[in-house]
Amino acid sequence: MSELLNLQRRVAAVILQPLTSAETMRRSAKAEADALIKPNKVLSSFERLEIYNQQYWFRVLSCFAEDFPGLRAIVGVRTFEKLMRAYLTDCPSRSFTLRNLGSRLEEWLSTNPKWIGSNPRLVLDMVRLEWAHIEAFDGGFEPVLTPAEIEAAGLDLRISLQPYVRLLELAYPVDDLLIEVHDYEGEGNVSSNAARQSRLRTRVRHYAKPEPEPVYLAVHRADDSVYYKRLQLESYRMLKALSQQAPLGNAIERAFEGSSMPEEERIPALQEWFANWAQLGWFSRAPVA
Amino acid sequence: MPANRFNGFTDYGIGIGLRIPHYRHILERKPVVDWFEIISENYMVDGGKPLKVLDRILEQYRVVQHGVSMYFGSAEPLNPEHLKRLKNLVRRTRTPWLSDHLCWGSVDGTYTHDLLPMPYTFEAARITAQKIRQVQDTVEVPVVVENVSSYAEYHVSEMTEWEFLNEVVERADCGILLDVNNIYVSSRNHDFDPFTYVNSVPAHRVAQIHIAGHSKFEKYILDTHDHPVIDPVWALYARAIERCGPTATLLEWDDKIPSFEEVHAEALKANRFFQKQAPFVPAVEAPGARALVLP
Repeated sequence: MSELLNLQRRVAAVILQPLTSAETMRRSAKAEADALIKPNKVLSSFERLEIYNQQYWFRVLSCFAEDFPGLRAIVGVRTFEKLMRAYLTDCPSRSFTLRNLGSRLEEWLSTNPKWIGSNPRLVLDMVRLEWAHIEAFDGGFEPVLTPAEIEAAGLDLRISLQPYVRLLELAYPVDDLLIEVHDYEGEGNVSSNAARQSRLRTRVRHYAKPEPEPVYLAVHRADDSVYYKRLQLESYRMLKALSQQAPLGNAIERAFEGSSMPEEERIPALQEWFANWAQLGWFSRAPVA
Repeated sequence: MPANRFNGFTDYGIGIGLRIPHYRHILERKPVVDWFEIISENYMVDGGKPLKVLDRILEQYRVVQHGVSMYFGSAEPLNPEHLKRLKNLVRRTRTPWLSDHLCWGSVDGTYTHDLLPMPYTFEAARITAQKIRQVQDTVEVPVVVENVSSYAEYHVSEMTEWEFLNEVVERADCGILLDVNNIYVSSRNHDFDPFTYVNSVPAHRVAQIHIAGHSKFEKYILDTHDHPVIDPVWALYARAIERCGPTATLLEWDDKIPSFEEVHAEALKANRFFQKQAPFVPAVEAPGARALVLP
C-alpha cells in the first residue's frame, strides 16, 4: 500500500467520525491527530484536524437537511438531527456529487426501523417522495413521441416514460405536506466547496401529520420545475406497466385488471389520459432491446 | 500570461462565478461579463434546469469549467463515471481549459466533499501528476490545478506547498489556477510569507487567477468566499499580475451572495491592476455581448 493511501485512510477515518453533541471533534482522535498533523504557534494538532472534521459534518448535514425538509417535518427536529447523523455515519457519500447523498436513505431506514417511529409508512412515503423530487429535477430527457406516432404504431408499440417521470404509490398524501413545507422553507441551492463557518439552519415549524389516504402520484418536471400529479389507480397502473416496457396493449389490460371503472368509461378515460400525458411530453420511444 | 497553451491560447479578462441566485438577472438583463466560471459538478447531470440554464448562458457568454471533486491527489484511481460526465460537459461548454484543485478528498470510494490538503511528498507529487495527465488525456483540453486554502500540515511533508505545486505541474506538464486568496489564507494559517509563494510559481504556467474574500477567526482564517477581497489579497494579486501579465481572473463568491451588480463590481476592481499591464482588456467575443471598456 502506498504511504499516500495509508495517510489518507487515517485522516479520512478521523474526519468522517461524528462530532460530539457540542459539535467538536471527539477526544479519542487526539493521538491520531498528534501523529499526523503538525501543530502551529496557536493551534494544536487536534484543533487543526478538528477544523476539517467540523467542515465535513457541517457540509453534509446542511446538504442532507436541504434535501429532506419533509422528513424533518414528520419526525421532528430532534429525531431528524440524530437520524441524519446516524445515516451519514453508516452511509457516507459514495458519489462525486452531493446530489446523491440521500440515495440510500429509504433502504437504510427500512433496515434501521428505530428511526422511523410509530408510523413507518408515513416516514418512508415522504423519503420516497423527496428522493423522487431530486431525481425528477435533473433526470434525463429523451426525444418525445408524438400522439401521431403513437396512433400509427398501434397496440404493439413499446413506450418509455421520460427518465424524469417517477411513479409512486403512497399510503399518505405526503405530496400536500411537502408542498406546504417547501412553501414555508423554500428550496435549497447548490454551491461550491467553500468552507462553512457553521451549519445552515432553516426555519422550522410544526406541521399537522396527514391522515392515511391512498395516493398514486407521478413526480415529473415541466418548465424546469418539479410537479406532483395525482393519478387514478387505473392510470397509475397503466403508466407503471409502460415504465416496465410492456407493449401498449398489455399495459391497457393491466390498467383495468379488477377495475370497477364501468366499461363505457374506459375508452374515453384512456383517450383523456394519453392526450394529457402526450401533452406533458412524458412519452419517448423505448430503446430497442 | 495571455494566450498560452495552458489557457487554450485565449485572452480572457475578468469573470465571475455563475451562481443560482444570479440566474434570473443574467438571463433577463444580459449584463456585459467577459466570462463565467461554472462549478462543473453542478451541471454534470442528465437534464433539467441546470443544463437548460447553462445552454442559455452559453448562447451569450464564454464559460470556463471549474471542478471541486476530481481529487487529483487522492491515492485511489479516478472515478470513470465522473470522468465520462466531465468529458460530456466539456463538449457542451467548449471550455478552453478545465480547472480543479490540487488536493485530495476521497478514499476507498468514500467522498468527503472537502478540499483536503496534500502531504507535500515526492510520492504524492508523482501520483497526483499521473492522475492530472490521465484527466488531460481524457477531456482533451488543458487541465490547470488550483492551490487550496489549508488549515493543517502533515508531519510527513518533505517540501513547502509551493515546491510541491511546482513539482506536480512540472511532472504533469499542466497549468496553474493561482488562487491568491488561498495563498493569503494559508500563509496566515501556516505562518509563511505569501509573496515568497507568488514569486515561486512558474509564471508561464499560470492560466487563471482566483480572488475571493474569507473569514477571520481568533486563531485561524477560513476560506468562506463570503466577503469582498481584502487589500492584502489585492496586493498579492498585483504581484501575480506583475509576474504573469494580465491573466484571466475570477472572483469567487459562494455564500451570503450579494446582488449580481455588487459581485461584478467587486470583480471589476481587478481592472486597475490589468490597466498597469495592458492598455485594454480583451474584447468579448460571445454573440450579443459587447466589448468590456476600462473605466
